[in-house]
Amino acid sequence: MAKAWKFQNNINTDQIIPGRYYPRENVEELGEFCLCELHPKFAKEKQKGDIIVGGSNFGCGSSREYAPIALKYSGVKCIIAKSFARIFYRNCINLGFPILVCKECYDEITEGDDIDVNLESGEIKNNTSGKKYNAQPLPEFVLKIVDAGGMINYLKEQANSENTNEV
Amino acid sequence: MGTLTEEIFSRKLGREVKAGEIVWVELDRIMSHDTMSWLAIEAMRKVSNELGIEAKPKFPERIVIPFDHILPPANIDQAKMQRNIMNFIKEHKLPHFFQEGVCHQIMIEKGFVQPGNIIIGSDSHTCSYGALGAFGTGMGSTDVGIAYATGRTWFRVPESILINVTGEFQEGVYAKDLILKIIATLGVDGATYKSLEFRGDAITRMSIPERITLCNMAIECGAKAGLIEADEKTVEYLQGRTTENVDINNNGIIKANNGNYEQTFNFNISELEPQIACPHDLDNLKPISEVEGLELHQVFIGTCTNGRYEDLEIAANILRGKRVNRFTRTIVIPASTEVFQKANESGFIKIFQDAGCIVCNPGCGPCIGRHQGTMASGEVALTTMNRNFKGRMGSPEAEIYLGSPAVCAASAIEGKITDPRKRREE
Repeated sequence: MAKAWKFQNNINTDQIIPGRYYPRENVEELGEFCLCELHPKFAKEKQKGDIIVGGSNFGCGSSREYAPIALKYSGVKCIIAKSFARIFYRNCINLGFPILVCKECYDEITEGDDIDVNLESGEIKNNTSGKKYNAQPLPEFVLKIVDAGGMINYLKEQANSENTNEV
Repeated sequence: MGTLTEEIFSRKLGREVKAGEIVWVELDRIMSHDTMSWLAIEAMRKVSNELGIEAKPKFPERIVIPFDHILPPANIDQAKMQRNIMNFIKEHKLPHFFQEGVCHQIMIEKGFVQPGNIIIGSDSHTCSYGALGAFGTGMGSTDVGIAYATGRTWFRVPESILINVTGEFQEGVYAKDLILKIIATLGVDGATYKSLEFRGDAITRMSIPERITLCNMAIECGAKAGLIEADEKTVEYLQGRTTENVDINNNGIIKANNGNYEQTFNFNISELEPQIACPHDLDNLKPISEVEGLELHQVFIGTCTNGRYEDLEIAANILRGKRVNRFTRTIVIPASTEVFQKANESGFIKIFQDAGCIVCNPGCGPCIGRHQGTMASGEVALTTMNRNFKGRMGSPEAEIYLGSPAVCAASAIEGKITDPRKRREE
């Protein structure tokens, strides 16, 4: 079972990982503090594979890559939101951390619902309500990076392919 | 033909570029600061390893590393991180390393930002560089690390929103009040993925520091960049600030040329009054008349938004010969050593200290809640910062209000939110 944790509009990077929790030598520890002040219950009870459902402008604010890193190491499988802030979106893509855009999910999914997400197809199923959704497809260029498993792997693939002009 | 954004990318790539295109660009500068450089260095090593190239910066002279977020370090982990970064700088002989102020102020005042440049930084307020007609944008440490290694990054050329500003500020109203108004009008995600291009007679009249205040906060409505066409003021500002690799004349001055703007917003500033962004988002904007009298525990004047000489001058003129409320912790942090020294020569530092302010060394100060004014639960701050997010300055139960240096200075005296226009009348 993948539990949905619900967050509002405009969740900012200071909330995802407040500045005073980093820098630290072992970034994996940031997972423990992810969203800890905004949603202490989430911080305490989250399970590996759980899903965050957010509103619009998720991840707004600073460019700190510690925010998606904290989410990644919190064990969350993916974030489904109405929309994402630009730098956060790009950071997630670069790290290969899955994010999905789905407007209806925010309106119709309740915290605690049991959710299945197929990251490859973008299909989202709410087992609690029985409803199904399709996430917006990623832009073509972004999809290539995601398929490669992040920006560094993408560049490696590009360098290995015949067409190395772009790197 | 294009928006200023499109024209800058077109000039750089030597062909006509349109919004929506994905382009790879060789960057003019790559900036990273103390809290993000180490992750960028690790990303550089990883990507170099994967690409089978030597793990070193491709263009050391294009990299600028100012320490500012926690300067000097406030704990052992931070000291260790900064030492590791310094060892990297030493090893690779990176020429541009600073410990003398906020990264964006350093970039601009030391001539690392030129009109027409394309620059990325490991900080969301890299959009400040648009004040000089450069396309600056914030990115994460993986992108910055890749740029260290390859000198390049990719962009989706953004669509532009035109912000047309006319009229003249009343006494006591400033660029900060205008940008707060613009952000609340567009909404905190009103310009996501877009460029904001500021234009109009009011912008033409603005000084470079005022333009920096505007462009600095473009990110607060989600924008990728905030841009103002370079003009004579830009060229004048850069006189004597340019470094060995840049030449204003060669770069030329790029202008928008009949571009297509996705949206246009018109602002007449003549009727604008001082604005206060209330907790915990910039959408929650009120004219000062609605929040006057609110008790303050802390006032902070500084940051990349409003820590320049001109900002300190406004504050000093209000604080001259006065005392701040003794229970309102009042912190003043010049944005750079250059600003600090100039303010000192003008007697502003003495005015602040005589007024009972705590004057700290140049840097980001308490803006990120890690030192020099971290706030407790229940405390209320008024600051010249760019963000009032919950928990940003310390406890998530602290409240952050944003305003201009004039509002902050007048309010520090009273210990409560005060309209600077009223103080002046007294």
